[in-house]
Amino acid sequence: MIEETFAYGSSVMHRIDPRFRVVFATIFSFVAALSTRFPALIAALILSVLLLCMARLNLLKVIKKLMAAWGFILLLWLVLPLTVKGEPLFSVGPLIFTRPGIILSLQITLKSNIILLAYIAMITTMNLATLGHSLKRLRVPDKIIHLFLLTYRYIFVIEQEYYRLVWAIKTRGFRPGTNRHTYRTYAYIVGMLFVRASERANRVHQAMICRGFKGRFYSLSKFSVMRQDWLWTSFMSLAMIVLVILEWINI
Amino acid sequence: MHISEGVLSGPVLASGIALAAAGTAIGLKRLDYDRIPHAAILSAAFFVASLVHVPIGPSSVHLILNGIVGLLLGWGAFPAILTALLLQGVLFQFGGITTLGVNTTIMALPAVICYYLFGCMIQKKSYIAYISAFACGFISVFLSAIMVGAALMFTQESFLGIAAAVIIAHLPVMIIEGVVAAFCVAFLKKVQPELLPGFSGSINS
Repeated sequence: MIEETFAYGSSVMHRIDPRFRVVFATIFSFVAALSTRFPALIAALILSVLLLCMARLNLLKVIKKLMAAWGFILLLWLVLPLTVKGEPLFSVGPLIFTRPGIILSLQITLKSNIILLAYIAMITTMNLATLGHSLKRLRVPDKIIHLFLLTYRYIFVIEQEYYRLVWAIKTRGFRPGTNRHTYRTYAYIVGMLFVRASERANRVHQAMICRGFKGRFYSLSKFSVMRQDWLWTSFMSLAMIVLVILEWINI
Repeated sequence: MHISEGVLSGPVLASGIALAAAGTAIGLKRLDYDRIPHAAILSAAFFVASLVHVPIGPSSVHLILNGIVGLLLGWGAFPAILTALLLQGVLFQFGGITTLGVNTTIMALPAVICYYLFGCMIQKKSYIAYISAFACGFISVFLSAIMVGAALMFTQESFLGIAAAVIIAHLPVMIIEGVVAAFCVAFLKKVQPELLPGFSGSINS
Protein backbone atom coordinates (compact mmCIF):
# COMPACT_ATOMS: atom_id res chain seq x y z
CA MET A 1 0.00 0.00 0.00
CA ILE A 2 1.15 3.53 -0.73
CA GLU A 3 1.49 5.62 2.39
CA GLU A 4 3.19 8.74 3.63
CA THR A 5 5.28 7.22 6.39
CA PHE A 6 7.03 10.29 7.74
CA ALA A 7 4.58 13.04 6.83
CA TYR A 8 3.07 13.65 10.24
CA GLY A 9 4.86 14.55 13.41
CA SER A 10 5.59 17.37 15.80
CA SER A 11 9.37 17.62 15.64
CA VAL A 12 11.26 20.84 15.00
CA MET A 13 11.61 19.88 11.36
CA HIS A 14 7.91 19.20 10.92
CA ARG A 15 7.11 22.69 12.15
CA ILE A 16 9.51 24.62 9.91
CA ASP A 17 7.84 26.40 7.01
CA PRO A 18 7.62 23.89 4.14
CA ARG A 19 8.71 26.46 1.56
CA PHE A 20 12.05 26.92 3.29
CA ARG A 21 12.46 23.19 3.54
CA VAL A 22 11.85 22.74 -0.19
CA VAL A 23 14.30 25.50 -1.07
CA PHE A 24 17.07 24.22 1.17
CA ALA A 25 16.53 20.59 0.27
CA THR A 26 17.07 21.60 -3.36
CA ILE A 27 20.13 23.75 -2.69
CA PHE A 28 21.70 21.19 -0.37
CA SER A 29 21.09 18.33 -2.82
CA PHE A 30 22.86 20.19 -5.60
CA VAL A 31 25.73 21.30 -3.39
CA ALA A 32 26.26 17.73 -2.22
CA ALA A 33 25.85 16.27 -5.71
CA LEU A 34 28.50 18.58 -7.12
CA SER A 35 31.02 18.21 -4.28
CA THR A 36 33.99 15.94 -4.77
CA ARG A 37 36.35 16.66 -1.89
CA PHE A 38 36.13 14.52 1.21
CA PRO A 39 36.16 17.32 3.84
CA ALA A 40 33.09 18.85 2.16
CA LEU A 41 31.37 15.46 1.83
CA ILE A 42 31.96 14.53 5.43
CA ALA A 43 30.70 17.92 6.62
CA ALA A 44 27.62 17.41 4.44
CA LEU A 45 27.06 13.96 5.93
CA ILE A 46 27.21 15.44 9.43
CA LEU A 47 24.69 18.09 8.39
CA SER A 48 22.37 15.41 6.96
CA VAL A 49 22.47 13.42 10.16
CA LEU A 50 21.81 16.60 12.12
CA LEU A 51 18.77 17.36 9.96
CA LEU A 52 17.55 13.81 10.48
CA CYS A 53 17.87 14.25 14.24
CA MET A 54 15.81 17.43 13.95
CA ALA A 55 13.06 15.45 12.23
CA ARG A 56 13.05 12.73 14.95
CA LEU A 57 12.05 9.94 12.59
CA ASN A 58 11.88 6.25 13.34
CA LEU A 59 15.49 5.25 12.65
CA LEU A 60 14.65 1.70 11.65
CA LYS A 61 12.27 2.88 8.96
CA VAL A 62 14.80 5.40 7.68
CA ILE A 63 17.46 2.71 7.35
CA LYS A 64 14.99 0.51 5.52
CA LYS A 65 14.44 3.32 3.02
CA LEU A 66 18.17 3.87 2.62
CA MET A 67 18.69 0.20 1.93
CA ALA A 68 16.66 0.53 -1.24
CA ALA A 69 19.41 2.79 -2.58
CA TRP A 70 22.22 0.59 -1.35
CA GLY A 71 21.55 -2.09 -3.96
CA PHE A 72 22.83 0.10 -6.76
CA ILE A 73 25.75 1.29 -4.64
CA LEU A 74 26.75 -2.31 -3.97
CA LEU A 75 26.82 -2.88 -7.73
CA LEU A 76 29.14 0.12 -8.08
CA TRP A 77 31.48 -1.27 -5.43
CA LEU A 78 31.60 -4.58 -7.28
CA VAL A 79 32.42 -2.97 -10.62
CA LEU A 80 34.21 0.38 -10.21
CA PRO A 81 37.28 -0.53 -8.10
CA LEU A 82 38.13 -3.19 -10.67
CA THR A 83 37.41 -1.29 -13.87
CA VAL A 84 38.62 2.27 -13.20
CA LYS A 85 42.21 2.55 -14.39
CA GLY A 86 44.88 3.94 -12.12
CA GLU A 87 47.36 3.21 -9.40
CA PRO A 88 46.63 -0.21 -7.87
CA LEU A 89 45.95 -0.14 -4.15
CA PHE A 90 45.88 -3.82 -3.35
CA SER A 91 45.04 -7.04 -5.09
CA VAL A 92 43.26 -10.22 -4.19
CA GLY A 93 44.46 -13.01 -6.41
CA PRO A 94 44.05 -11.85 -10.02
CA LEU A 95 41.74 -8.97 -9.05
CA ILE A 96 43.39 -5.55 -8.81
CA PHE A 97 41.63 -2.84 -6.85
CA THR A 98 42.65 0.62 -8.02
CA ARG A 99 42.88 3.72 -5.88
CA PRO A 100 40.79 6.04 -8.14
CA GLY A 101 38.15 3.34 -8.41
CA ILE A 102 37.79 3.04 -4.67
CA ILE A 103 37.80 6.83 -4.22
CA LEU A 104 35.06 7.20 -6.85
CA SER A 105 32.92 4.50 -5.23
CA LEU A 106 33.38 6.09 -1.84
CA GLN A 107 32.38 9.52 -3.17
CA ILE A 108 29.24 8.17 -4.78
CA THR A 109 28.30 6.21 -1.67
CA LEU A 110 28.67 9.29 0.51
CA LYS A 111 26.81 11.57 -1.90
CA SER A 112 23.79 9.33 -2.38
CA ASN A 113 23.41 8.78 1.34
CA ILE A 114 23.81 12.48 2.14
CA ILE A 115 21.22 13.54 -0.41
CA LEU A 116 18.76 10.82 0.50
CA LEU A 117 19.02 11.52 4.23
CA ALA A 118 18.52 15.24 3.70
CA TYR A 119 15.56 14.51 1.45
CA ILE A 120 13.95 12.18 3.96
CA ALA A 121 14.51 14.70 6.75
CA MET A 122 13.24 17.77 4.90
CA ILE A 123 10.78 16.71 2.18
CA THR A 124 9.11 13.48 3.27
CA THR A 125 8.21 15.16 6.56
CA MET A 126 5.42 17.09 4.82
CA ASN A 127 2.35 15.65 3.19
CA LEU A 128 2.03 15.94 -0.55
CA ALA A 129 -0.75 18.50 -0.51
CA THR A 130 1.49 20.78 1.53
CA LEU A 131 4.34 20.11 -0.86
CA GLY A 132 2.08 21.06 -3.78
CA HIS A 133 0.99 24.29 -2.13
CA SER A 134 4.51 25.27 -1.18
CA LEU A 135 5.70 24.61 -4.74
CA LYS A 136 2.89 26.89 -5.87
CA ARG A 137 4.08 29.65 -3.54
CA LEU A 138 7.53 29.16 -4.99
CA ARG A 139 6.14 30.09 -8.42
CA VAL A 140 6.15 26.66 -10.01
CA PRO A 141 3.76 26.91 -13.01
CA ASP A 142 0.09 26.47 -12.12
CA LYS A 143 -0.51 23.64 -14.55
CA ILE A 144 2.18 21.49 -12.95
CA ILE A 145 0.66 22.13 -9.53
CA HIS A 146 -2.79 21.12 -10.80
CA LEU A 147 -1.36 18.02 -12.34
CA PHE A 148 0.57 17.23 -9.18
CA LEU A 149 -2.33 17.69 -6.76
CA LEU A 150 -4.85 15.86 -8.92
CA THR A 151 -2.47 12.98 -9.53
CA TYR A 152 -1.82 12.75 -5.81
CA ARG A 153 -5.57 12.79 -5.15
CA TYR A 154 -6.24 9.92 -7.55
CA ILE A 155 -3.25 7.65 -6.96
CA PHE A 156 -5.00 6.12 -3.96
CA VAL A 157 -8.28 5.70 -5.83
CA ILE A 158 -6.61 4.04 -8.78
CA GLU A 159 -4.60 1.85 -6.45
CA GLN A 160 -7.86 0.61 -4.91
CA GLU A 161 -9.16 -0.07 -8.37
CA TYR A 162 -6.01 -2.02 -9.18
CA TYR A 163 -6.42 -4.20 -6.08
CA ARG A 164 -10.05 -4.85 -7.01
CA LEU A 165 -8.93 -6.13 -10.40
CA VAL A 166 -6.25 -8.26 -8.76
CA TRP A 167 -8.78 -9.77 -6.35
CA ALA A 168 -11.06 -10.49 -9.28
CA ILE A 169 -8.44 -12.45 -11.20
CA LYS A 170 -7.31 -14.25 -8.06
CA THR A 171 -10.79 -15.46 -7.24
CA ARG A 172 -10.95 -16.84 -10.76
CA GLY A 173 -7.86 -18.92 -10.04
CA PHE A 174 -5.26 -16.85 -11.86
CA ARG A 175 -1.71 -17.94 -11.15
CA PRO A 176 1.06 -15.78 -12.62
CA GLY A 177 3.83 -17.53 -14.52
CA THR A 178 6.16 -16.87 -17.42
CA ASN A 179 3.66 -17.35 -20.20
CA ARG A 180 1.53 -15.59 -22.77
CA HIS A 181 -1.62 -15.86 -20.72
CA THR A 182 -0.02 -14.07 -17.75
CA TYR A 183 1.27 -11.21 -19.85
CA ARG A 184 -2.07 -10.82 -21.58
CA THR A 185 -3.89 -10.74 -18.25
CA TYR A 186 -1.57 -8.09 -16.87
CA ALA A 187 -1.83 -6.08 -20.08
CA TYR A 188 -5.62 -6.18 -19.83
CA ILE A 189 -5.45 -5.04 -16.22
CA VAL A 190 -3.25 -2.12 -17.23
CA GLY A 191 -5.59 -1.33 -20.12
CA MET A 192 -8.58 -1.52 -17.80
CA LEU A 193 -6.86 0.87 -15.39
CA PHE A 194 -6.41 3.35 -18.21
CA VAL A 195 -10.03 2.97 -19.35
CA ARG A 196 -11.42 3.44 -15.85
CA ALA A 197 -9.01 6.32 -15.22
CA SER A 198 -10.18 8.10 -18.33
CA GLU A 199 -13.86 7.60 -17.48
CA ARG A 200 -13.23 8.84 -13.99
CA ALA A 201 -11.36 11.83 -15.40
CA ASN A 202 -14.43 12.82 -17.41
CA ARG A 203 -16.66 12.60 -14.37
CA VAL A 204 -14.18 14.51 -12.21
CA HIS A 205 -13.89 17.22 -14.80
CA GLN A 206 -17.67 17.55 -15.07
CA ALA A 207 -17.99 17.68 -11.29
CA MET A 208 -15.32 20.35 -11.10
CA ILE A 209 -17.14 22.46 -13.70
CA CYS A 210 -20.46 22.00 -11.88
CA ARG A 211 -18.93 23.31 -8.69
CA GLY A 212 -17.56 26.34 -10.42
CA PHE A 213 -13.90 25.37 -10.40
CA LYS A 214 -11.98 28.52 -11.24
CA GLY A 215 -8.54 27.06 -11.65
CA ARG A 216 -7.38 27.49 -8.06
CA PHE A 217 -6.74 25.08 -5.26
CA TYR A 218 -7.20 26.59 -1.83
CA SER A 219 -5.01 25.58 1.04
CA LEU A 220 -6.28 25.41 4.60
CA SER A 221 -2.83 25.28 6.12
CA LYS A 222 -1.50 28.80 6.43
CA PHE A 223 2.08 29.56 5.67
CA SER A 224 3.36 31.94 8.26
CA VAL A 225 7.02 32.61 8.80
CA MET A 226 8.02 32.45 12.44
CA ARG A 227 11.20 33.27 14.27
CA GLN A 228 12.36 29.66 14.31
CA ASP A 229 12.03 29.58 10.50
CA TRP A 230 14.43 32.49 10.14
CA LEU A 231 16.76 30.91 12.67
CA TRP A 232 16.78 27.68 10.70
CA THR A 233 17.22 29.55 7.42
CA SER A 234 20.27 31.43 8.68
CA PHE A 235 21.75 28.22 10.03
CA MET A 236 21.20 26.42 6.72
CA SER A 237 22.56 29.33 4.66
CA LEU A 238 25.66 29.40 6.80
CA ALA A 239 26.06 25.63 6.46
CA MET A 240 25.76 25.87 2.66
CA ILE A 241 28.45 28.57 2.55
CA VAL A 242 30.75 26.44 4.69
CA LEU A 243 30.20 23.44 2.41
CA VAL A 244 31.00 25.47 -0.70
CA ILE A 245 34.12 26.89 0.93
CA LEU A 246 35.27 23.41 1.99
CA GLU A 247 34.82 22.26 -1.60
CA TRP A 248 36.66 25.15 -3.20
CA ILE A 249 39.67 25.82 -1.04
CA ASN A 250 42.59 23.50 -0.54
CA ILE A 251 43.35 22.87 3.06
CA MET B 1 14.13 2.93 -14.54
CA HIS B 2 15.95 5.67 -12.77
CA ILE B 3 19.44 6.82 -11.80
CA SER B 4 20.13 7.41 -8.13
CA GLU B 5 21.44 10.63 -6.77
CA GLY B 6 25.09 11.38 -6.29
CA VAL B 7 26.19 9.41 -9.34
CA LEU B 8 26.02 11.84 -12.25
CA SER B 9 28.23 14.85 -12.94
CA GLY B 10 27.15 18.50 -13.03
CA PRO B 11 27.00 18.91 -16.83
CA VAL B 12 24.90 15.74 -17.22
CA LEU B 13 22.49 16.86 -14.49
CA ALA B 14 22.26 20.31 -16.09
CA SER B 15 21.52 18.99 -19.58
CA GLY B 16 18.91 16.64 -18.13
CA ILE B 17 17.21 19.57 -16.44
CA ALA B 18 17.33 21.66 -19.61
CA LEU B 19 15.84 18.89 -21.77
CA ALA B 20 13.16 18.07 -19.22
CA ALA B 21 12.25 21.75 -18.85
CA ALA B 22 11.93 22.18 -22.62
CA GLY B 23 9.84 19.01 -22.98
CA THR B 24 7.62 19.92 -20.05
CA ALA B 25 7.10 23.43 -21.42
CA ILE B 26 5.94 22.02 -24.76
CA GLY B 27 3.80 19.43 -23.00
CA LEU B 28 2.11 22.01 -20.78
CA LYS B 29 1.49 24.33 -23.70
CA ARG B 30 -0.38 21.57 -25.52
CA LEU B 31 -2.32 20.61 -22.42
CA ASP B 32 -5.07 23.12 -21.75
CA TYR B 33 -6.79 23.38 -18.39
CA ASP B 34 -9.73 21.22 -19.50
CA ARG B 35 -7.42 18.31 -20.26
CA ILE B 36 -5.51 18.50 -16.99
CA PRO B 37 -7.81 16.18 -14.98
CA HIS B 38 -7.49 13.67 -17.78
CA ALA B 39 -3.71 13.86 -17.85
CA ALA B 40 -3.52 13.78 -14.04
CA ILE B 41 -5.65 10.69 -13.64
CA LEU B 42 -3.81 8.90 -16.44
CA SER B 43 -0.62 9.88 -14.70
CA ALA B 44 -1.98 8.31 -11.51
CA ALA B 45 -2.86 5.18 -13.47
CA PHE B 46 0.65 5.12 -14.92
CA PHE B 47 2.05 5.45 -11.40
CA VAL B 48 -0.03 2.54 -10.12
CA ALA B 49 0.57 0.39 -13.20
CA SER B 50 4.30 0.74 -12.72
CA LEU B 51 3.85 -1.05 -9.39
CA VAL B 52 2.61 -4.14 -11.22
CA HIS B 53 5.18 -6.89 -10.93
CA VAL B 54 5.22 -9.29 -13.84
CA PRO B 55 6.88 -12.67 -13.35
CA ILE B 56 9.78 -13.63 -15.58
CA GLY B 57 11.32 -16.99 -14.86
CA PRO B 58 12.14 -17.21 -11.17
CA SER B 59 12.16 -13.44 -10.58
CA SER B 60 9.88 -10.56 -11.50
CA VAL B 61 10.15 -7.11 -13.04
CA HIS B 62 7.93 -4.11 -12.68
CA LEU B 63 6.34 -2.52 -15.72
CA ILE B 64 7.65 0.81 -17.02
CA LEU B 65 4.98 1.54 -19.63
CA ASN B 66 6.46 4.77 -20.93
CA GLY B 67 5.63 3.71 -24.50
CA ILE B 68 1.92 3.49 -23.73
CA VAL B 69 1.99 6.77 -21.82
CA GLY B 70 3.54 8.33 -24.92
CA LEU B 71 0.74 6.93 -27.09
CA LEU B 72 -1.97 8.15 -24.72
CA LEU B 73 -0.57 11.60 -23.94
CA GLY B 74 1.91 12.59 -26.67
CA TRP B 75 3.96 15.55 -25.45
CA GLY B 76 1.85 15.47 -22.30
CA ALA B 77 4.06 12.52 -21.31
CA PHE B 78 6.70 14.99 -20.12
CA PRO B 79 4.61 16.75 -17.45
CA ALA B 80 2.84 13.49 -16.55
CA ILE B 81 6.08 11.57 -16.00
CA LEU B 82 7.60 14.54 -14.18
CA THR B 83 4.70 14.53 -11.72
CA ALA B 84 4.77 10.77 -11.35
CA LEU B 85 8.49 10.89 -10.53
CA LEU B 86 8.01 13.71 -8.04
CA LEU B 87 5.29 11.71 -6.31
CA GLN B 88 7.36 8.53 -6.36
CA GLY B 89 10.25 10.41 -4.80
CA VAL B 90 8.13 11.49 -1.87
CA LEU B 91 5.89 8.45 -1.42
CA PHE B 92 8.65 5.87 -1.66
CA GLN B 93 11.37 8.12 -0.22
CA PHE B 94 13.53 7.72 -3.34
CA GLY B 95 14.56 11.33 -3.27
CA GLY B 96 15.57 12.55 -6.67
CA ILE B 97 15.69 16.34 -6.63
CA THR B 98 18.94 16.67 -8.53
CA THR B 99 18.18 13.80 -10.87
CA LEU B 100 14.56 14.77 -11.53
CA GLY B 101 15.50 16.39 -14.85
CA VAL B 102 17.64 13.49 -16.06
CA ASN B 103 15.14 10.84 -15.00
CA THR B 104 12.19 12.68 -16.56
CA THR B 105 14.10 12.94 -19.84
CA ILE B 106 15.14 9.29 -19.71
CA MET B 107 11.51 8.18 -19.47
CA ALA B 108 9.62 10.87 -21.35
CA LEU B 109 11.78 11.52 -24.41
CA PRO B 110 11.46 7.91 -25.64
CA ALA B 111 7.73 8.15 -24.94
CA VAL B 112 7.40 11.18 -27.22
CA ILE B 113 9.63 9.62 -29.89
CA CYS B 114 7.45 6.49 -29.87
CA TYR B 115 4.34 8.64 -30.10
CA TYR B 116 5.62 10.14 -33.35
CA LEU B 117 6.94 6.84 -34.70
CA PHE B 118 3.94 4.64 -33.96
CA GLY B 119 1.03 6.93 -33.14
CA CYS B 120 -0.24 6.94 -36.71
CA MET B 121 0.00 3.12 -37.06
CA ILE B 122 -2.20 2.18 -34.12
CA GLN B 123 -5.55 2.69 -35.85
CA LYS B 124 -4.54 0.64 -38.90
CA LYS B 125 -5.40 -3.01 -39.56
CA SER B 126 -4.97 -5.22 -36.56
CA TYR B 127 -1.69 -6.96 -37.35
CA ILE B 128 0.07 -3.67 -38.29
CA ALA B 129 -1.30 -2.10 -35.11
CA TYR B 130 -0.13 -4.98 -32.92
CA ILE B 131 3.33 -5.08 -34.44
CA SER B 132 3.77 -1.34 -34.01
CA ALA B 133 2.41 -1.51 -30.45
CA PHE B 134 4.98 -4.21 -29.68
CA ALA B 135 7.69 -2.06 -31.24
CA CYS B 136 6.46 0.93 -29.27
CA GLY B 137 6.75 -0.89 -25.94
CA PHE B 138 10.07 -2.47 -26.88
CA ILE B 139 11.74 0.62 -28.35
CA SER B 140 10.64 3.01 -25.62
CA VAL B 141 12.37 0.91 -22.97
CA PHE B 142 15.33 0.30 -25.27
CA LEU B 143 15.81 4.05 -25.79
CA SER B 144 15.44 4.68 -22.06
CA ALA B 145 18.14 2.11 -21.32
CA ILE B 146 20.41 3.68 -23.95
CA MET B 147 19.86 7.09 -22.36
CA VAL B 148 20.69 5.74 -18.91
CA GLY B 149 23.87 4.34 -20.42
CA ALA B 150 24.67 7.64 -22.13
CA ALA B 151 24.11 9.64 -18.93
CA LEU B 152 26.52 7.33 -17.10
CA MET B 153 29.07 7.45 -19.92
CA PHE B 154 29.08 11.24 -20.16
CA THR B 155 29.69 11.37 -16.41
CA GLN B 156 32.70 9.12 -16.46
CA GLU B 157 34.08 6.84 -19.13
CA SER B 158 34.83 4.19 -16.56
CA PHE B 159 31.08 3.70 -16.20
CA LEU B 160 31.13 1.79 -19.52
CA GLY B 161 30.85 -1.56 -17.77
CA ILE B 162 27.86 -0.47 -15.72
CA ALA B 163 26.19 1.21 -18.70
CA ALA B 164 26.48 -2.02 -20.70
CA ALA B 165 25.14 -4.00 -17.74
CA VAL B 166 22.09 -1.72 -17.51
CA ILE B 167 21.24 -2.17 -21.18
CA ILE B 168 21.72 -5.95 -21.13
CA ALA B 169 19.75 -6.32 -17.89
CA HIS B 170 16.82 -4.53 -19.52
CA LEU B 171 16.64 -6.77 -22.60
CA PRO B 172 14.03 -9.11 -21.08
CA VAL B 173 12.15 -6.08 -19.78
CA MET B 174 11.99 -4.72 -23.33
CA ILE B 175 10.41 -7.92 -24.62
CA ILE B 176 7.86 -8.00 -21.81
CA GLU B 177 7.03 -4.33 -22.31
CA GLY B 178 6.56 -5.01 -26.01
CA VAL B 179 4.19 -7.92 -25.37
CA VAL B 180 2.25 -6.00 -22.73
CA ALA B 181 1.99 -2.93 -24.99
CA ALA B 182 0.69 -5.06 -27.87
CA PHE B 183 -2.01 -6.71 -25.72
CA CYS B 184 -2.84 -3.43 -24.05
CA VAL B 185 -3.34 -1.63 -27.36
CA ALA B 186 -5.45 -4.54 -28.62
CA PHE B 187 -7.58 -4.22 -25.50
CA LEU B 188 -7.94 -0.45 -25.76
CA LYS B 189 -8.86 -0.71 -29.44
CA LYS B 190 -11.76 -2.96 -28.52
CA VAL B 191 -12.88 -1.15 -25.37
CA GLN B 192 -12.13 2.52 -25.80
CA PRO B 193 -10.44 3.35 -29.10
CA GLU B 194 -10.79 7.10 -28.59
CA LEU B 195 -8.01 6.95 -25.99
CA LEU B 196 -5.51 6.01 -28.70
CA PRO B 197 -4.02 8.55 -31.10
CA GLY B 198 -5.41 8.96 -34.60
CA PHE B 199 -8.95 7.90 -33.71
CA SER B 200 -11.34 9.42 -36.22
CA GLY B 201 -14.66 7.68 -35.54
CA SER B 202 -17.47 9.25 -33.58
CA ILE B 203 -17.18 9.15 -29.81
CA ASN B 204 -20.16 7.47 -28.23
CA SER B 205 -20.30 8.40 -24.61
